Amino acid sequence: MAEFFAMGGYGFYVWSSYGMVALCLISEVVWVCRRQRTIVSRVGRIIKMNKRQQHET
Amino acid sequence: MFSAFSTVLLRDLVLAVRNQADVLTTVFFFIIVVSLFPLGVGPQIETLRSIAAGVVWVAALLATMLSLGRMFLYDFLDGTLEQILLAPQPLAIVVLGKVAAHWLVSGVPLVLISPLLGLQFGLSGEAIGLLMLSLLLGTPVLSLVGAIGAALTLGLRAGGVLISLLVLPLFVPVLIFGSGVVEAANTPGGAGANFSILGAGLVLAVVFAPMATAAALRISMD
Amino acid sequence: MGINWFKYASPASFYPLAGRMIPWFVWAAVVLGAVGLYISFFVAPTDYKQGEGYRIIFVHVPASWMSMWIYFVMACWAMVGFVFRTRLSHMMAKSLAPTGALMAFLALWTGAFWGKPMWGTYWVWDARITSELVLLFLYLGYIALESSIEDADRAARASGLLAIVGVVNLPIIYFSVVWWNTLHQGASIRIDKGEVTMATSMLIGMLIMTLAFWAYSVAVSLVRVRSEILEREQNAEWVAEMFAREGGHSG
Repeated sequence: MAEFFAMGGYGFYVWSSYGMVALCLISEVVWVCRRQRTIVSRVGRIIKMNKRQQHET
Repeated sequence: MFSAFSTVLLRDLVLAVRNQADVLTTVFFFIIVVSLFPLGVGPQIETLRSIAAGVVWVAALLATMLSLGRMFLYDFLDGTLEQILLAPQPLAIVVLGKVAAHWLVSGVPLVLISPLLGLQFGLSGEAIGLLMLSLLLGTPVLSLVGAIGAALTLGLRAGGVLISLLVLPLFVPVLIFGSGVVEAANTPGGAGANFSILGAGLVLAVVFAPMATAAALRISMD
Repeated sequence: MGINWFKYASPASFYPLAGRMIPWFVWAAVVLGAVGLYISFFVAPTDYKQGEGYRIIFVHVPASWMSMWIYFVMACWAMVGFVFRTRLSHMMAKSLAPTGALMAFLALWTGAFWGKPMWGTYWVWDARITSELVLLFLYLGYIALESSIEDADRAARASGLLAIVGVVNLPIIYFSVVWWNTLHQGASIRIDKGEVTMATSMLIGMLIMTLAFWAYSVAVSLVRVRSEILEREQNAEWVAEMFAREGGHSG
């Protein structure tokens, strides 16, 4: 197990690379999904608001 | 068609003559940037000689980029550009006229001043000649391709810096082949390949860049 | 059977289609990624010259291939948008850019961490890495231009034109950088895949990881384009109808 992490002495470089890749890809996924959820809820609220206004007039 | 080109060219030249400040600031910027390098790098003439072509070329790039915003801005602000877009003359030809004027006013002075800067950096007469020729072929390309950036960013607040970001990557080939002439001259092949490529680049730019710029103008003015 | 190519060119019909496509690409990315990583770490043998350090190529190569492929696809969508005047095509191009830029950055980062142990420095001005840097600048320029124009249509078309100009210039830029690099050969070290003698398992690992990265990019871009569609079309009838039908869940 320790051998695996050491990567024959290159551990720092290998895990810095894979780590950055994982960090970036995961961050991107979180960012994108969060943005979609925000937009969906915002648009939903606006639509509900417009419908209520329509009913009132 | 040629009359459209020459009319626009002459008009822009006259306007440039009236707004000398714009022209002179480009030239002074060029001189200042080049002069700063020895202050940053040290006065050893061997070092300066080895970086001379690159420094002059990068300074030319920066000076050109600073002046690009001007190309369409004044016409845009006073409504002339709208009229130009409505006119029957092909927009690409008008663009070519404006670019030619820009080059005559911003590019040619750089070519003419480069020998003085070359001397400051200890370049030989032959190297200075090569550098001037490379600038002569390269600066029109900078104006032509830069026009695309100027057209795309027309009227935007972030204009000046944004143009640089857009247009610098596209300038990389011109920079590489232009500044490489001095070093290439010392290789067995000589600088012939550089000049052929610069020349070819100029022809391609003259043919295609005005069309792209015209398209960009239409997008920006819609 | 005539295919109506333009059926999905309207945001209204593409939105639910994209929604159905996303899970497939997510699963593809996860499965391919798992298989690829397993091969990268446990199947591919130790390189006799570079030891275990070479395993970085299993993320470096996919990232750099994706950065170039995505830029090409972006420019294609921009072209389609200009030719057929479809707004959705431009939205697709805009949605691809951030992922492409990220791939370019990862290619540079992993390249640096591969270069340091192998060739002594984090940064080397060799042809491929320098071109990758210029590609990153092209992406950043696209994103900067798009975000500095307020009118969505003008922004899409301006950045689309920039992408097309960029993609045409890319081979020229690469050629010039290669030339520059060979001229100054003494000063630079070439990071070349050829330095690693390729075992079949290594090639398969790279290929599978590349496919994984591709599936990932598609999935993320589809989510992004759906957000883009909702934002631009929020006042449209079909959006209101969709929300009435599904009560707040995106179609």
